Amino acid sequence: MHEEPAVEVHGLVKRYGSKTAVDGLDLTVATGGVTAVLGPNGAGKTTTIETCEGYRRPDAGTVRVLGLDPVADSAALRPRVGVMLQSGGIYAGARAEEMLRHTASLHAHPLDVDALIERLGLGDCGRTTYRRLSGGQQQRLSLAMAVVGRPELVFLDEPTAGLDPQARHATWALVRELRTDGVTVVLTTHYMDEAEQLADDVAIVDGGKVVAQDSPEKLCRGGAENTLRFSGRPGLDLASLLKALPADSAAVEPTPGTYRVNGRVDPQLLATVTAWCAQHGVMPDRITVERHTLEDVFLELTGKELRG
Amino acid sequence: MTATGTFAPKPGAAPLGRMIRAQAALETRMLLRNGEQLLLTVIIPSLLLLLFGTVDIVDTGEGKAVDFLAPGVLALAVLSTAFTGQAIATGFERRYGVLKRLGASPLPRWALMTAKTCSVLVTEVLQVTLLTAIAFALGWSPHGNPLAVLLLLLLGTAAFSGLGLLMAGTLRAEATLAAANLVFLLLLVGGGVIVPLEKFPDAAQSVLALLPIAALSDGLRDVLRDGAGMPWADLGVLAAWAVLGLGAAGRFFRWE
Repeated sequence: MHEEPAVEVHGLVKRYGSKTAVDGLDLTVATGGVTAVLGPNGAGKTTTIETCEGYRRPDAGTVRVLGLDPVADSAALRPRVGVMLQSGGIYAGARAEEMLRHTASLHAHPLDVDALIERLGLGDCGRTTYRRLSGGQQQRLSLAMAVVGRPELVFLDEPTAGLDPQARHATWALVRELRTDGVTVVLTTHYMDEAEQLADDVAIVDGGKVVAQDSPEKLCRGGAENTLRFSGRPGLDLASLLKALPADSAAVEPTPGTYRVNGRVDPQLLATVTAWCAQHGVMPDRITVERHTLEDVFLELTGKELRG
Repeated sequence: MTATGTFAPKPGAAPLGRMIRAQAALETRMLLRNGEQLLLTVIIPSLLLLLFGTVDIVDTGEGKAVDFLAPGVLALAVLSTAFTGQAIATGFERRYGVLKRLGASPLPRWALMTAKTCSVLVTEVLQVTLLTAIAFALGWSPHGNPLAVLLLLLLGTAAFSGLGLLMAGTLRAEATLAAANLVFLLLLVGGGVIVPLEKFPDAAQSVLALLPIAALSDGLRDVLRDGAGMPWADLGVLAAWAVLGLGAAGRFFRWE
């Protein structure tokens, strides 16, 4: 397949009245992977995605999707892109199966509708009208409509918001299969575990800009400190441990007999700690290394205060 | 890389004709499944025709009541589907993001509007068939040029569609619901549908005669009851409303 990026956004600015929703955002989505766009409420995720979908005209900057302009080349682009809106988009009185068949009929080579219904567990509610479906069933129907046309690229705006664990896992399995089959997936989410589970690439958006973009592993490794914990007899002399550790480390005994070391936890640091324990005749019980989660990185980058 | 799995990309739009047919069929099913819409488009016109056609409540002038009523009720049927029904349905489609989601599908916007028009026309054919059958059962004896009737119905549909879509595309869905029903009621009473315009004061008559519903019911009556030729004045009024309404809808309609 072509090596050009599936999505290229440069310097995107989008204002609503006096409010700047997106403020010079750059985002590149590689073809054939899963990219998760993370960010607090109001960070500009949905505005960015909807600009890529051709719903909004950029106030400044350029947007290319599959090499095309989403507004000017809309007719050529629409058949190639699958869209799942954050909510709604379906006739209240339409039955689930009817709506999916209809969406399929707008495409030249749609998926097998029966198999897709089976796959997403919508078999029991095929004759139920949209307004009577549960929130989870509505989400899955919307997801099915995004993929039924066999698109090259799908945009999923919070695909698992409000789903129960079973439905979430079914959605994750589908996203993984899309990836395996060569579909590029861009999804927005509030769930860090979702991004860690699914994404090849994570873009963290805050204040209308991408503040970090990398693989989940690299984001978790880079910069952030990690923690090492162990248990031993109470009252060990931590001053001598600190002397053995690198200068930017910290060691504390938060409760008697449990110890926590903060710093750049690497194999060398682990060896230093265990050597120090051996010198002091301490058997370090329950020694654990806590890697920073994506959530830690996210909060570190976007702050902990509540957003609107 | 050539992927071979279930979801391996194979994008493409369906042929335009197929998309429009599918969309029109879906819109028509949505309309016929909706109880409130059926009340408006089928039950109310049929009941009015039956009630006023059999019970002498309103003085409809010389001749059989049904000869006066049938053209008016046909005009009302066009009003209920092209204006009221279409405005309410489209307003809620806009509110619930249906129009937005369809905007991301391969179906072009003009094709969506074409499908909506087809759905309105199909519904009108069903209405006209039913109302004509009821009218015949009440002893209706229509006259006139079928082509003039068809032209009146089509121009009426265009005029009411323009106004309905203008309302649906600019107001909130709840406001559209309320306003469309109110307009339906007002035009039902003041548009020469079951109450002859001659019953109103002279000054009111000349204004009411310019309403699209009055032009449509008057034109249909001239042809079907009185056997007149082409009712050019009424066709002119309807054409003017169609140009104004569709033009404004095209200019001001917001999809989200």
